[in-house]
Amino acid sequence: MLCMICQKNEATVHLTDVKDGKLKKVDVCASCAKAKGLDDPTGFALADLLMGLGASEEVAASAPEGEELACPACGFTQADFKKAGRLGCPECYQTFGEGLAGVLKTMHKGTRHMGKVPRGLKLGREVQERIQTMQRRLDEAIAVENYEEAARLRDQIKALKEDPSTVVTGGTP
Amino acid sequence: MNLHEFLTPPTELAQRSGPGDKIVMSSRVRLARNIVGFSFPGWAKKADRQRACEKLRAAVEGVPAMKDGFAESLEALTALDKQVLVERHLISREHAAKGAGSALILSRDESLCVMVNEEDHLRMQALLPGLQLREAWLTIDRLDSDLEQVLDYAFSRDLGYLTACPTNLGTGIRVSAMLHLPALVLDEQITQIIQAVNKLGLAVRGLYGEGTEALGNVFQVSNQMTLGESEAEIVERLNKVVAQIIEHEENARGRLLEKRPKVVFNHIGRAYGILANAHSVSSKEAINLLSLLRLGLDLGTLPGVSRMLVDELSMLTQPAHLQLRHSEKLSAEERDILRADMLREALRSVHRPVVPPAPPALDKPPTA
Repeated sequence: MLCMICQKNEATVHLTDVKDGKLKKVDVCASCAKAKGLDDPTGFALADLLMGLGASEEVAASAPEGEELACPACGFTQADFKKAGRLGCPECYQTFGEGLAGVLKTMHKGTRHMGKVPRGLKLGREVQERIQTMQRRLDEAIAVENYEEAARLRDQIKALKEDPSTVVTGGTP
Repeated sequence: MNLHEFLTPPTELAQRSGPGDKIVMSSRVRLARNIVGFSFPGWAKKADRQRACEKLRAAVEGVPAMKDGFAESLEALTALDKQVLVERHLISREHAAKGAGSALILSRDESLCVMVNEEDHLRMQALLPGLQLREAWLTIDRLDSDLEQVLDYAFSRDLGYLTACPTNLGTGIRVSAMLHLPALVLDEQITQIIQAVNKLGLAVRGLYGEGTEALGNVFQVSNQMTLGESEAEIVERLNKVVAQIIEHEENARGRLLEKRPKVVFNHIGRAYGILANAHSVSSKEAINLLSLLRLGLDLGTLPGVSRMLVDELSMLTQPAHLQLRHSEKLSAEERDILRADMLREALRSVHRPVVPPAPPALDKPPTA
């Protein structure tokens, strides 16, 4: 494999890094690695190098043209993300969510959490799924002009939203 | 109580054993967690970071599993203390670089360790000897469930636990096994194995984690993806891969003994020769040679010697652990000399390696 920079020497330095939330592989020769400061993992040279090689700026894509997106909770900007490869606070996932979606897809097995849920939120998820199902049935009912059924579902959804405990006591699945 | 009074002495630590610890030195599961209302540690202002640290530390110290544990601010620990903790795999090198506003909490038996304000608000790990990935996950899961009663975790239904780096998003889990693979290295198969493991979406790292070299033929295998899969699935996947690597290592040992016994015994004999006779040994050399001695033990070339001796020496020869035994500040050269003195002394009663009587051929049935 040839060095990505000089295209002459054999690449002996192989780096995999996550910058800008994107997985990047770089294969360079020893002298180019040194010249670009790749032997220093904290250096920004790697980020520059990666950007230079056409790292897609997906996070930037979530901002309207010419405007820099900043997190309302912590003031973190996409420029900060580019620099640090880390986000500022939990809210940043809302702020930069749109741009991050593509990034997450390349990084992980899926884009939806399939693991542990804090106990306090577990009931909440069931309720939410139940509401989604009922909403779908409501849409179907309206589509076939079954207004009687639609009204019943509408009331059930309303009741469920007001008092989530009704999900435990039953109703149709 | 100071840290060194608290920590288990290396002799005792080396005696802890677990299933399959001939090849699997330890199993670890760590979880990354953050709380709502605070910026991530790397972005938070100092005052906020300290406020978060106090809150988190109080919560972790209050959990039953941390009874009689050790808790300290990173600011109150010396550089030597921190290095000892790194050498014991209790904190990361990144955490060791932290000061005010970061803390660590250790359980009494050191199997649980929580780093406060490392890259995330909480990085908690369960570390067990041998191959016990499932047990490690269950242990840390319990601690996490206890903590979620008192802390408001940053969690999204779609994205799971929210972490400073998107690479940890979702489960925030990293499951890893530390493997001793000298035969795969000697047999020059390790690169192939690493590539195969990488293809399965798992990472292979050196002794001290990210960006470190594989000293002493020790490799850490861990998951990289954290989103889109459950914790149990990740643990099982790693379990399967580790079982396969163990099999490859066992096969490589058998094959080496059968095909190239002189090469193997030459390495082991030379390692013993240097360790038992040298007057200056660097920590890197010590780790690498002790690895070969460990292999020699496994292959029966050192009858009557326990693996614990080698494991204890592997820890005691590390720079910070060595410094700990001496009150004056040592230079690297002085350490190399004292290390060699210690090794010669420890191996004084260990006889030189023997060639074990006709090693059983692993791939052939025994002849009647």
